[in-house]
This record gives sequence, C-alpha cells and structure tokens, in this order.
Amino acid sequence: MLEGILIGLQTALSLQNLLVVIGGCLIGTFIGMLPGLGPMSIIAIMIPVAITMGDPSAALILLAGVYYGAIFGGSTSSILLNAPGVAGTVASSFDGYPMARQGKAGKALTIAAIASFAGGTIGAILLMIFAPMLSSVALLFHSAEYFALMVVGLSAIAAFAGPGQVTKALLMTVLGLIMATVGEGALFNLPRFTAGIMDLQSGFGFITLAMAMFALPEAIFLVLKPKNLGDDGGEIKDLRITRAEARAIAPVIGRQSIQGFFIGVLPGAGATIASFLGYAVERNIAPKHEQGEFGKGSIKGLAAPETANNAACTGSFVPLLTLGIPGSGTTAILLGALIALNVAPGPRLMVDEPQIFWAVIMSMFIGNLVLLILNLPLIPYIAKLLAIPRKFLIPFILFFTLMGAYIGQNNATELLMLVGFGICGIALKFANYPLPPLLIGFILGGMMEDNFSRSMQLYGGVSFILERPMTFGLLVIAACLIIVPVLRTRLAK
Amino acid sequence: MALDRWIALVLLGIFIVYGYTAWFTMDGGLAPFMRRNPIWPSTFPKVLSILGIAASIIILFGLEKSEEKIGEIDHRRLGDYFLGQAVLLLGLMVVYALCLRPLGFLFSSSAFLIIGSFILGERKWHIMFSVALIATASVWYLVQEVLGIFLRPLPMFMGV
Repeated sequence: MLEGILIGLQTALSLQNLLVVIGGCLIGTFIGMLPGLGPMSIIAIMIPVAITMGDPSAALILLAGVYYGAIFGGSTSSILLNAPGVAGTVASSFDGYPMARQGKAGKALTIAAIASFAGGTIGAILLMIFAPMLSSVALLFHSAEYFALMVVGLSAIAAFAGPGQVTKALLMTVLGLIMATVGEGALFNLPRFTAGIMDLQSGFGFITLAMAMFALPEAIFLVLKPKNLGDDGGEIKDLRITRAEARAIAPVIGRQSIQGFFIGVLPGAGATIASFLGYAVERNIAPKHEQGEFGKGSIKGLAAPETANNAACTGSFVPLLTLGIPGSGTTAILLGALIALNVAPGPRLMVDEPQIFWAVIMSMFIGNLVLLILNLPLIPYIAKLLAIPRKFLIPFILFFTLMGAYIGQNNATELLMLVGFGICGIALKFANYPLPPLLIGFILGGMMEDNFSRSMQLYGGVSFILERPMTFGLLVIAACLIIVPVLRTRLAK
Repeated sequence: MALDRWIALVLLGIFIVYGYTAWFTMDGGLAPFMRRNPIWPSTFPKVLSILGIAASIIILFGLEKSEEKIGEIDHRRLGDYFLGQAVLLLGLMVVYALCLRPLGFLFSSSAFLIIGSFILGERKWHIMFSVALIATASVWYLVQEVLGIFLRPLPMFMGV
C-alpha cells in the first residue's frame, strides 16, 4: 500500500495535475452555486474537456475536483439563499440558512468549508484502508435492504420533526412519495397519474420542487415581512469559530465522516441519504436542550450533513474503483468517462493501473485541501451576497429560482409549475407543515419503489421482509422511530 | 377550523382521488402477462394512498396532540404585511414564464429584474437597468456559450 501511496503522490503532485485539481475545484465551486446545475450536470459538461486531456489520471483528477467543488458550491447557495441546487445539500439549508439570517453567514460558510474538508479527508483515509474490503460488503446489500434503509431514513426524518409534528411530517413524506409516482416509472414503462398531460410524462422536476418548497416561499416571506438578511446581529465577516463551538462540532464531524463514508459505499445510497441520515442521527443523539435548536441555526445541524455528504462522495468511489459498479448518477457519469479513456475500473484496477487508482485517492486529499485554502479567504466576499439590498436581492433570488427550474427541464411549463407549487409551499409554511420531508420523500420515492418492486418480484410477494434478517431489522428500527416519539409525547402529557 | 386542518382536508381529497385511481381504474388496461406479476404499477401507490388518508385523518380530527403555533407570519392578519408586493411578484413570475420563449431570454429576464425591483420600491433607474442588463447578459453567456444549454436570446419573430 505504501508503494501505491508514493506512486499516487508522485502523480497527483506533478505541476500539471496540481493545476488541474485547482481548476476543477474552482469550476465546480462556481458552477455548483447556480441552482439547477448539480455535480452530475457539471461533470457531464466537463467530460469532453477531460477526454481531450488524454491522460486518464489527469482526467479523473479533474473530474474528482469538479465533483467536490460542485458539492461545496451547492452548499453555498443552500446556506446563503436557501436554494439547494442538488439533493445532497438540501439538509445543509435546514440550519445553514437560519444561521445566515441571524447574521452568521460567514461562520456558517466556515463551518461548511471545515466540515466538508474533514469529511472528504477522513473519507479518503477510510477509502485507502477499506476500499478492497468494503466492496465485498456492499455486495451483501440487495434491493430489499436498500428499500428498508430508505424506510429508516424517511421515518427518521418524520420522527425528529419535533413534538406534535410527527404526523404532519409523515403526511408531507407521503405527499412527496406520491408526487414521485407521477410519470413514467423506470420499472413499468407506463405513464401513471399524468391525466393525459404530456408535460407530466417525465414526472415532476426535482429542481422545480426544491425551488418551490425552499427558495420561493422564503423570498415571498421576505417580501411580506421586510427584513434585511444579515442585519440581525453579528458580523457577516466574522468567520471565527470559538473554542466551544469547535469542541461541539468535532465529535459530530468525526461520527459523520465515518457514517457518511459507509453510507456512500452502498450503491444507490450516496450523498443525499448520508446527509439526511447524518442530520437525523445528530439531532436524535443531541442533549435534549440542544434538540430544539435544530432547524433554527444549530452549528451541529449544519456540520452533520456537510461532513456526511462529502464523506459519502468519497465513499461512492469505492464500488466504482473496486467493482466497476457506479453507486450514483454522478459516479455513473465518471464510469462513462473512464471507459472513454480506455480504463476498465474493477478489481484489477488496483493491480493493473495502480498509478490511476492511487493518484485519484491522493488527489482527493489535495482537492479537499485546495477547496479549503481557496474557499476560506473567499468566504467574506461570498457572504457579501447577503449585504445586497433586498430590492435587488429578492428579484435575483426569484430569477435564479426560475432559471434553475428552466435549465433543468428546458421547458417553460416547468416555470408555471414552479409558481403553482411555490404557492402551495407558502400555504404549507403558513400552517407550520415541515417542508423538508416532502422533498426527501420525493427524492427517495423513485428509488424506494424500484427496490420495493424488485424485492417483490424476486420473492414473489412481501415474504422478503421476513426472509431477510437485515431487512426485517431495519424495518423494526423504522417502526420504533415513529412509535417511540409519539408514545413519549403521550406519556409526557 | 385552523389552516393546518383545512390543508389536511384538501390533501385528504387528493389522496382519495389518487387512491381511487390506484385501486379501481389504473389496472384496467394492464396486459394479461403483467397481471401474473406479484407487483403491479398500482401496488406502491395503493400502499401510499392508505398511508396518506390515515395521516390526513389524524390531523383533520386532531388525534395527535399539538398546540397551534403561529409561524413568523400570522396568516390571519395578512393585511398587516406587504401582501400586494408579494402577489405582484408571483404574477410577474407567471408573466415571465409565458414571455420567456416568445420574447427571448435577454428581454424577458432584464424586464423581470427591472420590474421586480420597481415593485419592491426601487426607483434608481440607471442602477436598475445596468444591473439587470449586465446580470442577464452574463447568465446568458455562461449558460449558452460556456455550458452549451440553449436559451433563445432574442424574440421569436427575429428568428434567433
């Protein structure tokens, strides 16, 4: 392994590859800030550039840099504008945006940068140690376990919604799942619940729904009740984290680096599930007096998803590099790029082309360091976005909201849907319905139904629940997550 | 009746229609070979409709104990807030959606940003125009020229 690390370092530290990783991180960060352009689209756009470079190591290093940069860029728009461009950064807006509204935008971005760096770096260390071993464990997870894992994730989100809010969160989750069933499913190739409307054949767009549920209601609330962002005290430029804060987030970062990495290893799970589960777990294990702060600007609530999504991004390279199986849409695009570069990822990659395998891992360390070094000095300038007068800022938020929905689908009807859903989002916000569970249900709905259907087909019915102990165990955990808080609230009264 | 219960009532209606489609009409045109499968396209929606109806009923009849909380904006006193501006901005978004293709990206987007600022009370026209034009042109250049995603820049009658 030491020899491999040295080969990797030698390749990754060459001047050309250093410039490539810096360029990749910068491009990823800036384009990732635009709502509607997630890592998948940015990497797809960068593939022709990577292929023309000719050198597979440099190409992969570029794409990995873009990947990390895009995730960090997505977090920036989540924190500052409550406009998550990708599913993996939705959870970052739960506490990141309230922090920005309390005048702690600089601090929130610093925590995001540090948590991302730590998550990515610890993930890369774990990747070096566990890559060969984990690839075989990941294969033990079948569709039944994936289905059960998603049920646990959704139940956790509903369960931690707060006292008296469990049913509302559950209702929103089910609504999200129902919305995910509209359109043509991958498994059946039949249009469902489209009412004959052609624009609904491909279902509702994720970006449209994300913008409608987060950015649009927030912007309209700012219009209804004027309030300059960042005026509530504190200094936007204040990036410092106190010793007490560092002590509070350190264990969160440690836990979520490990948990996020292992979730990322599971094909199909990825940064989205890792960030939501990370948030849910940290909220659940936090002391009772701190649990109430989650969703209102808790530093732990921001550090958890930020660490977990970056660690999961690293983890998602395990099945790609060791088995040749892409665990997510993004790694599927990376696999396409590898094949175009005549590199066959799989168990032989480590043996046949160690310079590529190790160079990618080493470039993860360098990429994360570059992101930290580049982003920390830029934070005061990025945070200044909030100092723009609201008369200009609000039309811009609305404009980027519209652009995000339009670029994603290239369809003007999507914009009308955005406004329609946005009005529904405003009404739900008025009535204190939690909106994140709706979006999480929508994101996981398609994957959940696919895995449920595959399990049903394999076992000829629901017998898979009893026949697979891991599935059964996970479903029991999910049931407990819903029942225990409801019982606890009842007993407390 | 509180707003959250009204919303639960509306959602209950949606779930009943959804459930009716899943349970009674969706499988009508299913091919015979698909009927032998343990899973049908309606299986998952059937489960969801039951869950949705149950959750709506719990909220509608207040079976889960919770106190009514007023968020940062009290919807019962909307007149106290800048409701007109919010409605006008939502209307402007609809107009933008309808004009984007026929009028082209550059014109509709600049107009959206200028009128949006105007609705919110800005009257410094030179700043409004220059900010809107620079921002629109930069976004168009980035999206179309750098990223290669087509955005019609000029009105349709100009053929671009």
